[in-house]
Amino acid sequence: MLKISNLHASIEGKEILKGIDLTVKPGEVHAIMGPNGSGKSTLASVLTGRDIFDVTEGKVEFQEENLLDLSPENRARMGIFLSFQYPVEIPGVSMVNFMKTAINEQRKHHNQEPISASDFLKLMRDRKEVVEIASNLTNRSVNEGFSGGEKKKNEIFQMAMLDPKLAILDETDSGLDIDALRIVANGVNKLRNQHNATIVITHYQRLLEYIVPDFVHVLYKGRIVKSSGKELALELEEKGYDWIKEQ
Amino acid sequence: MTKLETLQQELVNLYKNNESTLTKGDPSLITGFRNQALADFARLGIPTRKNEAYKYTDLEKYLTATEYEYELAPLNFEVNLDDIFHCDIPELATQIALVLNGFYYKHNRDIDLPEGVILCGLAEAGRKYPEIVKKHYGKYTNTSKDSLAALNTMFAQDGIFLYIPKSVVIEKPIQIINVGYSFKNLRITRRNLIVVEDNAQASLLFCDHTLCAKSFITNTLTEVYVGNNANLDVVRLQNENSNSSLISNTFINQKENSQHTENVVSLHGGLIRNNIYVKLDGQNASNETYGLFLSDGKQHMSTYTHVHHAKPHCHSNQLIKGILDENSTGAFNGLIYVDKHAMKTEAYQRNNNILLSDSAKMNTKPQLEIYNDDVKCSHGATIGQLDRDALFYIRSRGIGYEEARHLLMYAFANEVISNIKLDALQERIIEMIDKRLKGELARCENCNLGV
Repeated sequence: MLKISNLHASIEGKEILKGIDLTVKPGEVHAIMGPNGSGKSTLASVLTGRDIFDVTEGKVEFQEENLLDLSPENRARMGIFLSFQYPVEIPGVSMVNFMKTAINEQRKHHNQEPISASDFLKLMRDRKEVVEIASNLTNRSVNEGFSGGEKKKNEIFQMAMLDPKLAILDETDSGLDIDALRIVANGVNKLRNQHNATIVITHYQRLLEYIVPDFVHVLYKGRIVKSSGKELALELEEKGYDWIKEQ
Repeated sequence: MTKLETLQQELVNLYKNNESTLTKGDPSLITGFRNQALADFARLGIPTRKNEAYKYTDLEKYLTATEYEYELAPLNFEVNLDDIFHCDIPELATQIALVLNGFYYKHNRDIDLPEGVILCGLAEAGRKYPEIVKKHYGKYTNTSKDSLAALNTMFAQDGIFLYIPKSVVIEKPIQIINVGYSFKNLRITRRNLIVVEDNAQASLLFCDHTLCAKSFITNTLTEVYVGNNANLDVVRLQNENSNSSLISNTFINQKENSQHTENVVSLHGGLIRNNIYVKLDGQNASNETYGLFLSDGKQHMSTYTHVHHAKPHCHSNQLIKGILDENSTGAFNGLIYVDKHAMKTEAYQRNNNILLSDSAKMNTKPQLEIYNDDVKCSHGATIGQLDRDALFYIRSRGIGYEEARHLLMYAFANEVISNIKLDALQERIIEMIDKRLKGELARCENCNLGV
């Protein structure tokens, strides 16, 4: 599904990613861990097309297409979804209108008719249950005045609405209390199936108790320095990142 | 002599040469103000950029660019009212009156209004209802301080007169369509007087249009009186061609417990200058002033507000927003003035602007002058670009770049438009803004009269 080869990326001339290789297949969950500043969020941004980063080398294939040639919106329409570490507040744009527009753009991309009003309402109701999001949140402007936990739940709600093939969760656990964390993780687990894949970016092992990965990768100074099964996360938790740095 | 001084001299001469025509059949109560206005105008001149309120609005550039005719009497146009009204707000249950080149159109339809309500041309009102006109005409404007108000008063002949007697409530909004329509470049003067007596209530929509590609310079002045406990809601939709200049002066006087809302939406025009003077002249009066302008090309949109808290316990709120594209420029200059007797004043002012291009320019100057210490006041201004983080966030959900920009601009504009109380009108204006933001509102597409 996703094949990253020798990916280098920089911001304002400073190289952050220094040759990443990663392959993700349908049905898999990959965790990317690493200390602050190792390039985790940069990787998420580059994969979703944030233009403040320059890709200087390497390539990324997503479903046999050269992902790096595509605009952020086309990547999303093809099925890439990013759950933001810091979701943006957009006063004046209602959640309902936002989601409806997004879904219809996706449908247009796949030569489908716009969604009917009743199907849309049904989908909203259905997906709200998945993430246990309060009804009134979707009546408000996008993320405006939401608490930290509500914002993260809203990310997973949007993910549920858009049903992506590849979801990238960027530090989705940060700022969540244990109850919110469980709800968010449950939502993600309910959406998992053999056709989609998830990349979980996190600093801590905690989230991985709820979203159990098939692979854990350690990112350090812009490179994946270690890859293994889920037990690697526990080892990191125990020994800390210094253990990686020493190697 | 500078170009503006030359223009000033020409206008003074124009007035002197036509004084007898201007004042012919003119009730003395209107003429009575002309001489003072002439003296004021001759003394003050047309504001240059040395005038603080016009520092960022170069009138010379717009007012002296070409030659203009002046019509001292209504042109004998026959207008198909259905055509005119068709182009405006369809499906809106308004009661409509047309003002053509500054003159109340003689074939306006009869309008179904509650008993005692008067809607007619100002000239006619001067003859038929001198006692009302005399009580209010020229009382709220200030020609000794504002030379463009003086200029308007010199040449004022006609415009709208609206009178709502005590305790009368008008349910349907009244729509006044001001149209510039001519075979040659034209200078237009419009003078409106709106009197809403105690406990009365009304809602008004002004649409300012040019119906052809000729260049117009319009000086319009509206005096508004809102009596005790009265409530007046005004929406102005300004949509002129890029060759034209519109100077719109509004003087509002509010009495006790009155409420007034002014929503000014400037969609299109070469120069649009809104001067809005509010005097809160009775306790517990409340004023809301909202403005939204959209500019592109070489357009200039400028707003000046002067909100005077003269009595205690009054409330005012101003919110002016601008979206500027291409080489357009804008200015905001707003003042909240709180008298020393105006205790417990609450007054707020905010101006936010978005620049869509590198060459668009905005200057803003929010001001407070407060002469007592028992007030709640705030003011602020921002000039920025569309939020890049928000743009990326929206695009990351599959919404295209143009649509994402559009969503953000619409959200920005909506903070102003959501204050328009009539739902049908709000929806219609949202549609027009939508079209305008997508570039579909052509320069002079309204021209279905075949000019």
